Amino acid sequence: MPSRDEIFEKVKAALVDALGVDDDEVSPEATMVGDLGAESIDFLDIVFRLEKAFGIKIPRGELFPEDVLSSSEYVTNGKVNAAGIAALKVRMPFADLTKFEANPSVQNFANTLTVEDMVRYVQGKLAS
Amino acid sequence: MRWFWIDRFDEFVRGKHATAVKNVSLAEEHMHDHFPGAALMPNSLIVEGMAQTAGLLVADAIEFNRRVVLAKVAGAEFHFDAVPGDTIRFEASILDLKPAGSLCKVTSTVGGKLQGEAELFFAHLEPGEGVPKLFEPDELLQWLDHMHIYDVGRDEAGRPLARPDW
Repeated sequence: MPSRDEIFEKVKAALVDALGVDDDEVSPEATMVGDLGAESIDFLDIVFRLEKAFGIKIPRGELFPEDVLSSSEYVTNGKVNAAGIAALKVRMPFADLTKFEANPSVQNFANTLTVEDMVRYVQGKLAS
Repeated sequence: MRWFWIDRFDEFVRGKHATAVKNVSLAEEHMHDHFPGAALMPNSLIVEGMAQTAGLLVADAIEFNRRVVLAKVAGAEFHFDAVPGDTIRFEASILDLKPAGSLCKVTSTVGGKLQGEAELFFAHLEPGEGVPKLFEPDELLQWLDHMHIYDVGRDEAGRPLARPDW
């Protein structure tokens, strides 16, 4: 099992390649969308690169649960409701959703995921 | 009408790799101004040839049931210019393929020398994702015939590809 720092370095390399950002922009607290400029298509590219770098399989929707965010069961008036937050926590144990819970607008969700969340996600996959 | 930017496939192995050629000609009008008196093929159009080679390889691999759209160009590097009279060979291989997208490595060579290289990322769009209709079967088949895909195409076991019966 690689250390957290080893995982971070490989995640960073994947993000540098996929997003065309500089090494020093990829800090643990950087948000994928707001700080690194990731667009929806980039997430698929990142999934390809993480799978290759770590030898893992990432099913669609596991890293970014788009089905929850587009479900009428979990979204009320453009905001993720309590059931939706609960669903996101189950689906994304690697993500820190504290900030998102304060203003759970679906639009804000894109800015929730950080580089450290990605590292935790990979750690979880490698441990399972 | 389609924009043909490769002339034909020389090799096509379903789901794996393919080689296509393009002959660069001064008859192509864009060459006249790029640049006056010193014609050369813009590298952006080399990327188009790479994308047509890899894009058809991917579209065939998913049985043409989604529209294959060039979404990202990564790590593109060019080492010299292609000029009228050159034959460019595009060699594409599929690195990864999923229902929603694919990643390909493509090189361009002229006279056996590496002219360019890039990783191309394609999104596969379904009808409803901004794609009203995938294609007109006759038009697509005509394109594939122009490209000689069913003349040179083979599956992984080396069997000739069957021309689809759309």
